[in-house]
Amino acid sequence: MSEISFSFDDKIYKGHQGEPMVAALLRSGMLSITTSTYHGRPRAVVGLGVEEPNALVQLVSGTKESMLPATVIEVADGLAARSLTGVGALPELPEEARYDKTNRYVDTLVIGAGLAGLKAADEHLRAGREVLLIDDQPKPGGHLRHLGLELPASLRDVLAHKSLTYLCRCTAVGLYDQNYIVAIERRSDHLGNSAPANRARIRVWHIRADQVVLAPGAFQRPLIFSNNDRPGIMLSHAAATYVAVHGVQIFKRAVVATVDNQGYRDALRLHHAGVQVQAIYDARPVAEGSSVDAARATGIPIRFRATVLDTVSDAEGVCESVIIQDLDTNETFQITADLLAISGGWTPIVDLATHIGIKPKWSEAHAAFLVNHSTDRLRTHGMLAGDFGGDDNPSIFFGPELDEEQSRHAYIDLQRDTTLHDLRRAVGAGLNSIEHIKRYTTIGTAHDQGKTSGMLTIGALCQLNGVAQGGKPGLSPADVGTLSFRPPYIPVPFAALAGRERGPLSDPIRITSLHQWHVEAGAIFEDVGQWKRPWYFPKPGECMEDAVRRECVAARQGVAMMDASTLGKIEIQGTDAAVFLDRIYTNMFSTLPEGQCRYGLMCKTDGIVFDDGVTTLLGKNHFLMTTTTGGAARVLAWLEEWLQTEWPDLKVYCTSVTEHISTIALVGPKSRQLLQELVKDIDLSNATFPFMHSREAMIDDIPVRIARISFSGELAFEINVTWGYARHIWERLWAMGRPYDLTAYGTETMHVLRAEKGYIIVGQDTDGTQTPYDLNMSWIVSKKKEFIGKRSFQLPYLKAAGRLQLVGLLSDNGDEVIPEGAYTTELNAHPDEHGKTRHTGFVTSSYYSPALGRAFALALVADGLNRMGEVVAVPFGKKVLRATICDAVFIDKENIRRD
Amino acid sequence: MLHIPCPHCGLRNETEFHYGAEAGVAYPEPNVLTDSEWAKYLHIRANPKGWLAERWVHFAGCGRWFNLWRNTITHEIGPAYLPFTTQPKKPDNIGQEGLKA
Repeated sequence: MSEISFSFDDKIYKGHQGEPMVAALLRSGMLSITTSTYHGRPRAVVGLGVEEPNALVQLVSGTKESMLPATVIEVADGLAARSLTGVGALPELPEEARYDKTNRYVDTLVIGAGLAGLKAADEHLRAGREVLLIDDQPKPGGHLRHLGLELPASLRDVLAHKSLTYLCRCTAVGLYDQNYIVAIERRSDHLGNSAPANRARIRVWHIRADQVVLAPGAFQRPLIFSNNDRPGIMLSHAAATYVAVHGVQIFKRAVVATVDNQGYRDALRLHHAGVQVQAIYDARPVAEGSSVDAARATGIPIRFRATVLDTVSDAEGVCESVIIQDLDTNETFQITADLLAISGGWTPIVDLATHIGIKPKWSEAHAAFLVNHSTDRLRTHGMLAGDFGGDDNPSIFFGPELDEEQSRHAYIDLQRDTTLHDLRRAVGAGLNSIEHIKRYTTIGTAHDQGKTSGMLTIGALCQLNGVAQGGKPGLSPADVGTLSFRPPYIPVPFAALAGRERGPLSDPIRITSLHQWHVEAGAIFEDVGQWKRPWYFPKPGECMEDAVRRECVAARQGVAMMDASTLGKIEIQGTDAAVFLDRIYTNMFSTLPEGQCRYGLMCKTDGIVFDDGVTTLLGKNHFLMTTTTGGAARVLAWLEEWLQTEWPDLKVYCTSVTEHISTIALVGPKSRQLLQELVKDIDLSNATFPFMHSREAMIDDIPVRIARISFSGELAFEINVTWGYARHIWERLWAMGRPYDLTAYGTETMHVLRAEKGYIIVGQDTDGTQTPYDLNMSWIVSKKKEFIGKRSFQLPYLKAAGRLQLVGLLSDNGDEVIPEGAYTTELNAHPDEHGKTRHTGFVTSSYYSPALGRAFALALVADGLNRMGEVVAVPFGKKVLRATICDAVFIDKENIRRD
Repeated sequence: MLHIPCPHCGLRNETEFHYGAEAGVAYPEPNVLTDSEWAKYLHIRANPKGWLAERWVHFAGCGRWFNLWRNTITHEIGPAYLPFTTQPKKPDNIGQEGLKA
């Protein structure tokens, strides 16, 4: 391993490429690396991996990850980190690293490349299956690596098998239904400065596996005693690994407190590495096994029925000596130690199994929750399944009995600084469910999500009630149950989940065939769903208000045009097309003559208006339906649902042609004259081409379909042309229109024009509770036929008084444009005891109208249609406006202008 | 994420589908129903603990509606079948993930 240097809190340290950062820090004598979040106590590393509750650092090199356990950071040249106290700082600059995602189908997914996982992979490979093996460590081997041992040759062969893909540094973060797994592969941080610039930092794997093998291993757990958080107190397996494998030599005298034989194995490793192990204190009355015998043979004193009660620190808060209690006599004595190695039993990693609802089962023999699962699709192996591989014989013991003062410093969750005292208070407050206690005490809610504290909480809860064990009455962990673990298993950066779908790639952008013209014309765009639509076309020096007024005036007095191509367009064909439309729309379409158009409104079965638009009968059994821009996909899905699931007997076929046909709206009193200059084959006069009629015509040998449809109340023509020809037609109109001062307009002007005529936008002027009657559109509700939603109009609540109804609203001050969304209240309404005034409705559309020379609005007001002429209050900010309820049609009620 | 067998396209991820609640609720003859019967058709759908025949549409695939047995507790997926065809019998718990309904 090559020597590298990295920095921690601006100081340079040496390390071996790829070793855990904490190992290099410990070797340099850096023990206390942080202070605790709430109590400000010095803290040092406790564990070996992602379970680490204390040694959190913030990276200041590379991607500046805000919070990572230093146990999982591999040191590399150029790595720089900083200590933090429970709260990391988010980087201020945008993330520049690259993130990828990929999908994989596989016969068998094995999670965990320890001995159990490798053996399972071998079995599946022998059965001829393709295996994906993922493991969160840099190298395979699991515990073998912690013991500094090499893989046996047979398992090295497994890794070389052609049908096996092995991913290191890859953590399964979620297990979902039908064997869907999300995993996070870290690909470049460990390379430090030498990481290739184009390599994705993290790759998110979406895996679907025929079979899943869970072999995630286990975490060692600590014990609860007073002052159990001091630097120098570590899990025994971690301490032995840092000392024996990573060459940490800062500990001179160790004490081991154990409840199982693992403590003996770790004591031996410490002893052989040169640490003076002063004694092993075993909570059990007796212990047997080869490791116990071996410890005895080395002369390490062993004392049964004894455990650690408290610790004493030096001036820096570091563990200096340990207070041991005899569990039978309660006698205590003190022994000096700069390392207190704790072996409190193993907690298998049940997280992934619980993600899909499997309940772990308590095993007294293992003193652990296990998932022993074996179905065709999901199997558990190794420690999770109860194969602890040794003679551990753990006792169900979580710590000695503590008095109130001792319990205040007996930490259960080191990250949250929650103590046994906090837990007792929760129980005293009447909480007995582990889920309630978690939320009351915050245990298990920090960065590590209870990886070490969860089982301690369960154990402490049992101890408060007396642990049921071996037939002894009391509370068993089986009665308490485990916490629910939810994905992700470890924190996952949002940037990784976003992958490359950021900024302009975060959502598809839809543009019309005229988009480039709009860009060149200097249009300001607005997003309408995924569409980019011109909002307005400012001339140099114009603000939005100026541009919209100019565009409105052009449309009402001269001629103007807009790109209406985003309208949803659905071709509906088949012998039953007319029957179908009669059932879908509230009004009749079977009576529509060929070549004519009709405005239609559709409701859901509950009678609520859902979408609207103009539908044209192009030819026999051939309709072209238009929908709102945002409603196109919804409407097509709605039509298909009825055709497929209710009326399969109808011969009707629906096809989306939104992107096949471009629509140019030519609007204004001079529109006919201008268009007639280009259209030579048909007469556009009102007599031969009346309102709501559609005609085929030619412009420059390009076939177009022209319809007399108006969304402004003005004389208007909608020119439909195949998508690719739209720009030609638009530019021809533009050139011919110069003498007419033809003006391009955007969606804002469209809204002013349509609102002046009281034309609704479904979704803007409706809030999902309006029937056609509420919109003053009873004229569109057919009495002669059945249609979807009709029956609902008879329901009492749709006929009741007080419904929100669409009306016009004119503020007393005509210069004041009321903000959309502003509430209406009764004039002189009295505030209630909270100072609140009950609202009676709200403003849905509000603009300044150049044609009216004043501001106007549309609003949904309770019983509004029966309150014409009444004055309401419109409070917003610190102002209260007065406004008068009026008809929603402000211009040309007689519909003279459109012809 | 559910793995759903579209009768036309085969096994696909749940994200390609939209849910359509209980299967087999036919559109009734509206005008013979009382208000409360009609309201029940509008708003009430079975949502049992266990097996439910549901409607799904493969919107990001073939666009077709179909019906599917699914266990609402274990999320086991049973047989899929086309509308207006005979409903397969309610599946037994096959213990796909070994969960008990």
